[in-house]
Amino acid sequence: MRQSRAAWVFLAPALGLIGLFFAVPVIAGLFLSLTDYDLYAIGDVANARWVGVGNYVRILGDPLFWKSLGNTFYFVLVGGPLSAAVSLVAALLVSARRTRLQPFFRSAFFVPVVTTLVAVSIVWRYLYHPHYGLVDWALGRIGLPPIDWLGDPRWAMPAIIGLSVWKNFGYNMLIFVAGLQSIPEEVHEAARLDGAGWWPRFVHITMPSLGPTFLFVGITTMLNQFQMFAEPYVMTQGGPLRSTTSVVLLMYEEGFRWWRMGLAAAIAFVLFVIMLAGTLVQLRLQRGREA
Amino acid sequence: MSGELRVNGARAALVAIAALVALAATLPGCRGNGAAPVTLRFWAMGREGEVVQELVRDFERENPGIRVIVQQMPWTAAHEKLLTAHVGDSTPDIAQLGNTWIPEFAALHAIEPLGSWLEGSTAVPESAFFRGIWATNVIDGTPYGVPWYVDTRVLFYRKDLLARAGYATVPQRWDEWVQSMEAVARLGGKGHYAILLPTNEYTPWTIFGLQTGSPLLSPDGTRGDFSGPEYRRAAAFYLDVFRRHLAPAVPGQLMMNVHQEFERGTFAMYITGPWQLGEFSRRLSPAMQSSWETAPLPGPDGPGVSVAGGSSLVLFRSSRHKPEGWKLIEFLSRPEQQLRFFRSTGDLPARRETWRDTALTSPPHMRAFADQLDRVVPTPMVPEWEQISVALQDCVETMVLGAKAPDSALAGLDRDVDRMLEKRRWMLERARRAHAEAR
Repeated sequence: MRQSRAAWVFLAPALGLIGLFFAVPVIAGLFLSLTDYDLYAIGDVANARWVGVGNYVRILGDPLFWKSLGNTFYFVLVGGPLSAAVSLVAALLVSARRTRLQPFFRSAFFVPVVTTLVAVSIVWRYLYHPHYGLVDWALGRIGLPPIDWLGDPRWAMPAIIGLSVWKNFGYNMLIFVAGLQSIPEEVHEAARLDGAGWWPRFVHITMPSLGPTFLFVGITTMLNQFQMFAEPYVMTQGGPLRSTTSVVLLMYEEGFRWWRMGLAAAIAFVLFVIMLAGTLVQLRLQRGREA
Repeated sequence: MSGELRVNGARAALVAIAALVALAATLPGCRGNGAAPVTLRFWAMGREGEVVQELVRDFERENPGIRVIVQQMPWTAAHEKLLTAHVGDSTPDIAQLGNTWIPEFAALHAIEPLGSWLEGSTAVPESAFFRGIWATNVIDGTPYGVPWYVDTRVLFYRKDLLARAGYATVPQRWDEWVQSMEAVARLGGKGHYAILLPTNEYTPWTIFGLQTGSPLLSPDGTRGDFSGPEYRRAAAFYLDVFRRHLAPAVPGQLMMNVHQEFERGTFAMYITGPWQLGEFSRRLSPAMQSSWETAPLPGPDGPGVSVAGGSSLVLFRSSRHKPEGWKLIEFLSRPEQQLRFFRSTGDLPARRETWRDTALTSPPHMRAFADQLDRVVPTPMVPEWEQISVALQDCVETMVLGAKAPDSALAGLDRDVDRMLEKRRWMLERARRAHAEAR
């Protein structure tokens, strides 16, 4: 009994901070999402109305929300695995024994992660330019017609995914590198002595040993991808034809451009529920594989 | 990590704004102590915020009892910052406000109605200002701002290309204007157009509607009127321009360099504002300088109206130095200060008498603006207008790219706009009921 009281005392500061900076804002947000708090209400609180689940009904009936949710899922389901795969390949390359200048490549691949997106986006907009861009020039060299990357609703999302993968793969690469280093060299050696080639060793030793790393990378990448915001915000402002509007971008527009805080809070909660579900599914999948 | 960066980008911006606001709030505290003079806080945007510093020094010399601290803010952050300041009770004494923001800040009760201040003053007579511009400051009969500088859109065009197509000037009626576009585009050949109408800009679509006399919204600003006959006429006109391939159907941001393409003759006309005067003379090659000109906007049946834009000076309700703030507004509204301001910023003066000065009458590019400013109309004065114009832009994009038929697209737009204005309808209805009960 006394012990548990001591535990509470020790936990109190942390719990207090979490309560103050996490629970209170979340509860306030939930409350806000049940009102139509907006610009007029900022002027005079009497202009706010209690709308119950009205905001949620409105969101779920809004084609733009479904469109942005579809875009977000596109970004998560295509961009996420692609990003993880590129990270893994890069990690294998910079960890390979034959690779020279390993520290150099590791840093070089990590540089995009710490570069400001706004600066990066200016360069990428030139790369994607239909007349003068390097990407279309390269396509032209191999005989393909130019693509209006950011102006064509079909290609804008792949273009954004390309930028995002390039910008972010360095981070997961480092995590994979750490994971690779934790695999004992003896296991590989034993397999080599038994005559296993590169591919069997990769499938039967490297991949299974990276299981926990995959879980971590999978969940954090998915959560990041769901929060897609800055790339479309600086590259396309959600266009053309709303083909790159993500849920978070929509929420930002509702909240900080049009000051419909109630509606924006409701969007945040819907996204929260979806992300929670996504995380639980991933945990379940990984656990199922381990069992 | 990257995901945190994503969210933190927005959050960091908010924190930065909050910090700036807090800083701004403390500044007068540390400077205006004791018997020191009254300190006015003045927020201004972008280049204006830089230039006005000089003007303000003269004001201080004239008024030894008043100190002015000008705080400059970037246009992109200004709106958020002003709103945050209002919520945080730290608004300045006076500020520059884009005149389309006035309905919003009036609805917030953030800015001071200027009726009594104007009555007690001879320095700021309403008749001295362009009528359409003054109107952007008046909500339900109450003035909330004094026009500082004006903005409107006119047509920038390639004189040489039009001349080659057989036109000495831009025809001022829509049907003839389209004919001239046809002639210019034919001469240019493949990959050349007559006009640039970027689908990621919303102003032209509003202007064409104002030109056909469309009210855009219902009289009390509670419902959309885009499927009305006037706006349908405007839409039919600009969609026809796209259908004839007289304008490229691409978002304007991808036309990476407007000036380069203008010089190349990719297009010969562009609807834009006074800020491009400087850009055109800087960015086009010297050889091109004699080949471009400005013209007032053509309209459906003769010279058309354009949009009344610009910035106004406003007093904040929470200010404790309103008389001094008003004095500064009077000072900045003087014709000679307006002229000085024009010389250093290129912003067009809001007072008519300033336009008689040779600095404004002699440059040929200025004539179209002088002419157009007599025909400017405000956009609907509701806080939701910017949002509505973005919805209009989205709608135009779908019509131009052929994703939707015009009639159903405009009807859909009206439904969206009605939903945006639901709160406004409710508030007006509540006010009406309260009024009826009071009787």
